[in-house]
Amino acid sequence: MSLLSKQSKNTVVDPLMANNPISLQVLGICSALAVTVKMDTAVVMTLAVIAVLSISNTVISLLRKMIPAKVRIIVQLSVIASMVILTDLILQAYMYDISKQLTVFVSLIITNCIIMGRAEAFAMQNGPWRSFLDGLGNALGYGLILIGVAFFRELLGSGTIYGFQVVPDSFYAAGYENMGLMTLSPGAFIILGLIVWAQRIIGKVEQE
Amino acid sequence: MEHYLSLITKAVFVENILLAYFLGMCSFLAVSKKVDASIGLGFAVIFVLTITSPVNWFIYSFLLGDGALAWLGFPDVNLSFLKPIVFIAVIAAMVQLVEMVIDKFSPSLYQSLGIFLPLIAVNCSILGGSLFLVERNYTLMESTVFGFGSGLGWFLAIASMASIRYRLRYSNVPLKLRGVGITMLLTGLISIAFMSFGGIQL
Repeated sequence: MSLLSKQSKNTVVDPLMANNPISLQVLGICSALAVTVKMDTAVVMTLAVIAVLSISNTVISLLRKMIPAKVRIIVQLSVIASMVILTDLILQAYMYDISKQLTVFVSLIITNCIIMGRAEAFAMQNGPWRSFLDGLGNALGYGLILIGVAFFRELLGSGTIYGFQVVPDSFYAAGYENMGLMTLSPGAFIILGLIVWAQRIIGKVEQE
Repeated sequence: MEHYLSLITKAVFVENILLAYFLGMCSFLAVSKKVDASIGLGFAVIFVLTITSPVNWFIYSFLLGDGALAWLGFPDVNLSFLKPIVFIAVIAAMVQLVEMVIDKFSPSLYQSLGIFLPLIAVNCSILGGSLFLVERNYTLMESTVFGFGSGLGWFLAIASMASIRYRLRYSNVPLKLRGVGITMLLTGLISIAFMSFGGIQL
């Protein structure tokens, strides 16, 4: 990509695997897992987080020289909360069914630690373009895990992927059954635990 | 009375705010390394949830909800879209207030809870509790009971996790699974145990 300099590219790519916000920095698991029963809710949630994180990072970065250090948390929080409310209203207007399924979890993006964490750690020190890329990268890294968990939960729990049946009928006829546990909350914890394990083996991450 | 008992059992065991709705995971994972810190944070969560739930119920019913401003003569105004931002502001203010009151009346409790109270303002379980009570149309009494029950459920989850992790240091966990990985798997197992309360009706 000649459009992006090497440094900018790293800002986006780094959080996807090497420094993933969920599995390696352990931020933002709250509100992430509850929407992973089906892939469509996970995808919409990912889009919402991408929108909120990249825009709020850009806005905070533009304002960074004007925000007094003492009240910076409350300013960041109000920028983030406004973005979340906008996203929620847009979802209610154009994707009503899915926003019904997501219920309170879109509003809970406000307290998602990734968003505050990136605002505090990156957007307060860097320019708007790099902050935008950083927000995009981290939101994509978050979405990657979210969609990964949703993929396994939907495949094992309902035998479908994105609503399409993939486990053939002959399997069910032969006695295969969907794993009900995966559609319940323990499934999310266990799948995420296994994903983190796999990622640490592949990524050769140093232990804390 | 029975209605509230059943609500509290549901909030503590069946629909545990951490194990079934995944709220408050960040502080759960970070703090459950130490037993006494977990118990301190657990009590702080019970405390704050029990206080903020009825306060946010009042705010929603008399200021934000559809037609809630009728007592001021504006029956057509619906401010419910402001819910998240107002709730988080109320929570932050309440936490600050609680902190000052505790500091004044019980310095020893302040010493033990002190560092955890500011953390709680951004704990998803508190905001989640307030959003759920709007979502489910609870009454004032139900909201208070639900807030207390959710806090108690969170406390139970983090206290049991902390004691398991304390024991875990003697076991031989695969190197790459240590830390987050094993904690997630264990949380899954605790969550299965809590689900077995599912059929109970009081």
